[in-house]
Order: sequence, then C-alpha cells, then structure tokens
Amino acid sequence: MKYLILKHYRGGPAPVVDYGSIDQWTPEEVDAHVQFMRDFAARLEETGEFVDGQALSPQGAFVRYDGEGRPPVTDGPFAETKDLIAGWMVIDVESWDRAVQLAGELSAAPGPRGEPIHEWLEVRPFLAEPPTVTE
Amino acid sequence: MNESLLRELVPAVIGVLVRRGADFASAEDAVQDALIRALAAWPDDPPRDPKAWLVTVAWHRFLDAARAEASRRGREVAVQAEPPAGPAPATDDTLRLYFLCAHSSLPPASAVALTLRAVGGLTTRQIAAAYLVPEATMAQRISRAKRKIAGLTLDQPGDLGTVLRVLYLVFNEGYGGSVDLAAEAIRLTRQLAALTDEPEVAGLLALMLLHHARRTSRTGPGGRLVPLAEQDRSRWDTGLIAEGVTILQTALARDRLGEYQAQAAIAALHADARSASETDWVQIVEWYDELLLLTGSPVVRLNRAVAVGEADGPQAGLAALAGVDPGLPRYAAVTAYLHERAGDLARAAELYAEASRAAVSVPERDHLTREAARVRQLLKA
Repeated sequence: MKYLILKHYRGGPAPVVDYGSIDQWTPEEVDAHVQFMRDFAARLEETGEFVDGQALSPQGAFVRYDGEGRPPVTDGPFAETKDLIAGWMVIDVESWDRAVQLAGELSAAPGPRGEPIHEWLEVRPFLAEPPTVTE
Repeated sequence: MNESLLRELVPAVIGVLVRRGADFASAEDAVQDALIRALAAWPDDPPRDPKAWLVTVAWHRFLDAARAEASRRGREVAVQAEPPAGPAPATDDTLRLYFLCAHSSLPPASAVALTLRAVGGLTTRQIAAAYLVPEATMAQRISRAKRKIAGLTLDQPGDLGTVLRVLYLVFNEGYGGSVDLAAEAIRLTRQLAALTDEPEVAGLLALMLLHHARRTSRTGPGGRLVPLAEQDRSRWDTGLIAEGVTILQTALARDRLGEYQAQAAIAALHADARSASETDWVQIVEWYDELLLLTGSPVVRLNRAVAVGEADGPQAGLAALAGVDPGLPRYAAVTAYLHERAGDLARAAELYAEASRAAVSVPERDHLTREAARVRQLLKA
C-alpha cells in the first residue's frame, strides 16, 4: 500500500515545538536536518519501502482557466495562504500502522540545538487499482 | 524461444544450482543474472538447449561471485568448481521453491516479489514496474527477503496455505503496468496445480480462471468499472469458464472443501447465469454460509449480505448486515445499494456519496460518485 507523507511549510495543527524558520537556524543545525532526511530516505530504500521523495520551493502560484482565448489567471506567490506544502515522500508499506510509524520517525528530524522538531506531517493513502475479485 | 518459455525454466535452474551446493540466495542471484543475459542474447543467437545454457551461465556466474566473496574474506571456495553428477528432480525443486518464497516469516509484499522473481522468472525491473516502485527499492525488498530466509533450505516442509495466499495476492493486483500479473498468477497456479494434488490449489486455479473469463467485460471506456449485473455476458470467455468449472467440480468431488473452492463455487454460479436476473442467489447464499464457516471473515459477511438482499429482498439484506463492522471498506456501498433496492433513495444517495469518499481505488470511487449522482437525479424526477 502506498502512502504520501506530506510536509508543510504552513498549515496543519498548531506546532508543539517552536522551531522557527529553518533560515534562522545555524548552518550545522540545517546540515543535521538535511542529513537526517537523506538518511531516512536511504534507510527506506534499504527496507524496500521507498518510492519517491521531492521538495518544493515555497515559490509558485495558483493558476486557473479564464475562458476561451484568454490567458490563464494566476494568483500567488502565496504570502497569504494558510497551507503551503514543502515536499513529500511516497512510501510503499504493509499497513497504515507502518506508515504512521515511519511518519512519526520522520517528524523527529532535528532542529535548533539538535532537538526533534515534532513537526506535524500529513499521511494520506493512495487510491489503488481495484482488486480483481470483488464479489 | 519466447520470453515465457524462458521464464518457465528459471525455478528448475535454481534447483540445479542449489543441488550442486549453492545456497538459495546466491543461486537465485546467479540465475537472475543469467536470465537478463539470455533476454539480451537469445533473440539474435538462440541456444540449442536453453536450459543447459542457463545452467552453465548461471553456474559460472555463481562461481565468480563465490570466488569474489571468498577472496574478500580470505577464504577458500567451499563448493566444487566441477558440478557433481546426479539426477535433478526438477518438479520437487520447483514445488519447494514455492514454499520457500512464500515462507510465513516474510511480509506479504516481500513473498510476492520473491515468488515472482524466483518462481516466475521475472526480472527485478519488471516486478518494480508492475508494482510502481523504483527498481532499487524492489531489489532491496528481494534481497532483504532472501536474507530473512537465509537459514532455511529447500528440503524443509512448506505451508501450502501461504503459497496460495501469495498467488491470490498477485492475481488480485490485477492488470496494471507492463506485466500482466493476473495472467502470471494463473500461470504459476496452474504450474503448482500440476505439482500437487490439493483440492484447494485446484480451487484457487478455478477461482482465477472464472474471474479472468470476465476480465474484458469488467471495465468500460476509460477504465470505467462495470458492475457484474451490467456486464455484457456475451463477452465472457466461455472456454475459460468451462475449464474453471471442470477443475472446480473435480476438486469439490474430493470432499475437502476450503475457502478457495467455496469462492470459486460462487464465481461459477455467476458465470453460469445467462443474465443477471437468472442468477441462482439462493445457492450463492449457501456458498457464502460455507465460506463464512471456513473463514469467519468480516468481508465475507458483508458480501453475503448483498447475496441475501438478492435472494430474500433488501430488508433481509439489511438485516444480514447486523454485526458487520461499518468500518469495512465497501460497507457504505453495500448499504447504499440495499437502501436503494428498498426504495429509500434519499438515504441511498447519501450513502453512495459516503461510499465514494471511502473508496480505495479510483475506478471504484468514480463508479460510486456516478451512482450517487444517478440516485439524486431519480430523487429530483
């Protein structure tokens, strides 16, 4: 079963630890954080559970159709939006419980003073192919 | 020689290497290497004796790897460079490979991957593509599985139940990707049925054939899901149905019923009906009762309620839902259908919408969304 672990710049429940913005951390703290993420992905590849991981820039915009012959309308960058996605990891695991366990471990990534940041991560199941046998 | 014939040789070749003294993990790796070389070389330069070619290439590959490992550790090679002579009972080897690859200590996804590679003769890349994960991840999943069963040898007794579960999982994974997993599951189950005399193996094979027979009618344009009652029955494969029914009848005559035979019996009754309205729902309910006794599964209880609804009316179906966990996937879909049949359209529309939000696949979600929309239109009319 595949799950998406979503990391947000903003949004989700209120943070339990005030870890500030990553650009306020020391370079060593940033390095340790990045290394933790890399090690986590490498470990999941080892266990045969890694599918994909990507980070997103906070830049970008909302875009929509605005009628025949008209250019699309854009809205953004997102200074005002409440929810901003920072990146994701896709995992392929045996169960929801395993997905929650892994997201819990990922949320322990170190922040200021090397302390776990207890970041809220969003875990969402993929819609899969329908099974062959249904009745 | 085509690819599927080549793949059929893989378990026997692994068996030969193991009999010559190779451990399973190394033998399997060596044969995978030989397989990849064969896939590249054979189209231009087919060997006279494909199996001998594979054994020779795999055995050299194994010796090279063993020597490299030994020199890394500063040890002698433990196996003889020259293979000992002796008969290779290929059928027993293949059967034992099924048991080993589906060993109960392995998580299901790992057992599936290992079975597809060592028994099915698929490459890691093909398995990764079929399950939509990176090749590196699939390679790790397989080598981890092999490490986990490293202490086991081919001659240990196996559990047929776990083998059947693995094959059922592969079949149920369906038709996505470049590898037809349903067809592969049928091939592997057919091969297993030729190696054993267990009615449940035949039952699983019959179940697969009966469902496979309806394959093309199960989806409409754009992958749209077509429910059983609306399927074009003239498109069902009567040859596969006849074969499935014959295999099932032979198995049932042995009088050792199991869950796959009971499921196949239900599929056979559906296949036997010329139209949805001619379905023998009373007999189907009886088979669900058997299935429930055999498995106690909540999913069976849920599906049984649908059959009861058809046999004895929607109120009876709703009553049969008592005690079924509402948290089950498809619970809302089943109750929606029964409420619609009972004439409570408002409740049915709400439940179809709820069911679409709980769906675990895209075609199922879209189907349930359409059902909700259809019932809401009926309400407005």
